[in-house]
Amino acid sequence: MGQKVKEPRYHIVKRADISKREAWTIRIIAILAALLLCAIITMVCTGDNPISIFVTIFKGAFGTQRKTWITLQYVAILLIISLALTPAFKMQFWNVGGEGQVLMGGLAAAACMITLADKLPNAVVIILMIVSSILAGAIWGVIPAIFKALWNTNETLSTLMMNYIATQLVAYFTIVWEVPKGSGKIGIINQNSNVGWLPNIGNKYLLSIIVAAVVTIGMFIYLKFTKHGYEIEVVGESQNTARYVGISVEKVVIRTMLLSGAICGLAGLLLVGGINHTITTTISAGQGFTGVMVSWLAKFNPVAMIFTSLLIIFMSRGASEISTAFELNQSFADILTGIILFFIIGCEFFIRYKIVVRKDLGKEDA
Amino acid sequence: MKKIKKVLSAVLAATMVMSLVACSNTASTEKETASEASSTEATQTPASDVKVGFIFLHDENSTYDLNFINGATQACEAAGVEYMFKTNIPEGQECYEAACELADAGCDIVFADSFGHEDYMIEAAKEYPEVQFCHATGTKAHTENLSNYHNAFATIYEGRYLAGIAAGMKLNEMIANGEITEDQAKIGYVGAYTYAEVISGYTSFFLGARSVCPSATMEVTFTGSWYDETAEKEGANKLIEDGCVLLSQHADSMGAPTACEKAGVPDVSYNGSTASACPNTFIVSSRIDWAPYFAYIIDAVANKTEIATDWVGTLETGSVVLTDLGDAAAEGTAEAIAEAEKAMNAGTLHVFDTTTFTVNGETLSSYMADVDTDAEYTADTEVITDGYFAESGSEFRSAPYFDLQIDGISLLDTAY
Repeated sequence: MGQKVKEPRYHIVKRADISKREAWTIRIIAILAALLLCAIITMVCTGDNPISIFVTIFKGAFGTQRKTWITLQYVAILLIISLALTPAFKMQFWNVGGEGQVLMGGLAAAACMITLADKLPNAVVIILMIVSSILAGAIWGVIPAIFKALWNTNETLSTLMMNYIATQLVAYFTIVWEVPKGSGKIGIINQNSNVGWLPNIGNKYLLSIIVAAVVTIGMFIYLKFTKHGYEIEVVGESQNTARYVGISVEKVVIRTMLLSGAICGLAGLLLVGGINHTITTTISAGQGFTGVMVSWLAKFNPVAMIFTSLLIIFMSRGASEISTAFELNQSFADILTGIILFFIIGCEFFIRYKIVVRKDLGKEDA
Repeated sequence: MKKIKKVLSAVLAATMVMSLVACSNTASTEKETASEASSTEATQTPASDVKVGFIFLHDENSTYDLNFINGATQACEAAGVEYMFKTNIPEGQECYEAACELADAGCDIVFADSFGHEDYMIEAAKEYPEVQFCHATGTKAHTENLSNYHNAFATIYEGRYLAGIAAGMKLNEMIANGEITEDQAKIGYVGAYTYAEVISGYTSFFLGARSVCPSATMEVTFTGSWYDETAEKEGANKLIEDGCVLLSQHADSMGAPTACEKAGVPDVSYNGSTASACPNTFIVSSRIDWAPYFAYIIDAVANKTEIATDWVGTLETGSVVLTDLGDAAAEGTAEAIAEAEKAMNAGTLHVFDTTTFTVNGETLSSYMADVDTDAEYTADTEVITDGYFAESGSEFRSAPYFDLQIDGISLLDTAY
């Protein structure tokens, strides 16, 4: 009796390479499948027809002029944060501290708005806000980088821990600056004097969008056409290669994290000085982490990030519109967003690997 | 969809009425039904033109928001007006955007339920002068000078005082049964922030309890959040370990009530009955019923009358209510509460009567409160009149400003 080796019915093979067209086909199928599943779930829960559900998703993001502007503004902020994280990720430095860097930038801006309001003219306050929030973000980003460069500490842990310190600092200053006393919130800063409010360009949404556009173009050029960008790529590919060709890895790590933190600080400035005009511990709403996903999904390509961040904001605003329109709990929106992200991230598996089905089906007993 | 449903139901109702009178062939009855139909139409038309938008901080999982959601649904259905809900709106720019979206969607009234929404509601009010913006618990309407921005609150300290009486009765029962000695009659209180609204709440609750149980003392802990189930549960457990024999709370989750149920400690909850989740320990809950306020603002907009800048709901407007007593309530509680309520309505009983409490051992004769909100917390208004602290006085502002530390209450932590 010979030992029978049972060959599995399916097995997974890594794809050698895949054409862009094929990859995008897989992605589109994944999004369609996600939407289909969302439609089925919503139908089961609400009994409405799926077309009206998709119309509602679209309306949630682009239904009115105001909604469109808000969507674009959200995209802009998420895009800036994602762009900030990109150079760090590209050199394989796992900066999961975007949240804290944004918060510190925001805190610095808020500090200027609150403490300097009646002491300096508005223009000077705004300039100081810009400088200090970019600096604050950069410092928050560079601390883990210095530790990494000098003592090779684990940056995933240290950047993550820095988030908690930033959150607690903001919580502390919220109590210091709270109005009215004991309420645990700062409220809109300088609501009547508007000191330190970043100027409206056209309308109140456009400023962030313009900044995002500038940062996108700048980051694209920086990564693709500059010596710095090249060094980041080499360090990301192999630190030994980088050392061999004479690149100081430590210097690149510190420099890149300064930049990464500075752009996060800029996002914090926009959130506090341009949009919310206050500071809270939840002001960046997890975008420091969502940005990681945006950046990865776009394969660190700044231009592609416009679409990935748009996709994520579009879906989340659409999903929350569904829960409002069909009078469902916000958790329902989270479920839908979760399904969509699951499919989008999951499809990357099918882009990298393919499933091979055994062809000689039914012949094994012969 | 709702409009079609309404038209359909109207048509259905009309046909039913017609079929009822179909047998009768006298002209007079037909006329009567016709006039009936037109009169019902007339009463409905002005109200049904009004559309109300609501902004809630959380959703129905929060006892605080659920209380508003119930009031809103009840008032809007009763008035037959269209309404829109936006739940889980944070206290940031999202609130401004939600308010603007509701105004864009044709709402005549936009209401927000959370304290931190206020500044963003004011921003939206400036942008939409034709829309009425109403905000519960806010403090700024009387200083902002916006004709379309209004604050509302209720004399919930009266409700707390009455709930405190139920707590005091329970303590008396425990003393009488020999479960505790008089000196052990310590109440625990889980608060959110060291904010006037919370201070006013626990002080009135304590004064109510002490009015029937003179040896009562109280310990207060703060969670630093209006809604943090874990922190509230931990706070409650800490108080129980500290020897508190009865608990109450001013924070919005089920954290404290469930901790009490687990430990078997009687509890006076807030915002609504927790009897179903905590059948053995629930005594009573005070809450603000917002339906009268919503009915008032809908009526004001329908009839084009002014909405009060600061509206204060009372026991008499039906805004301050107690739930049914739970099984844990002591005997005679209902009678004691009814008596106190009668005295309050008659004006003979004031919750913050200065003869019933001391601050640092002294009786107050004058106190300047921070009624006009500013970053320096300036004490700007004399609030002691006729021997009592005039809380939520209609001439001052609707939101509470009682922030005194009275003797008998110790604060465990004041970080928040």
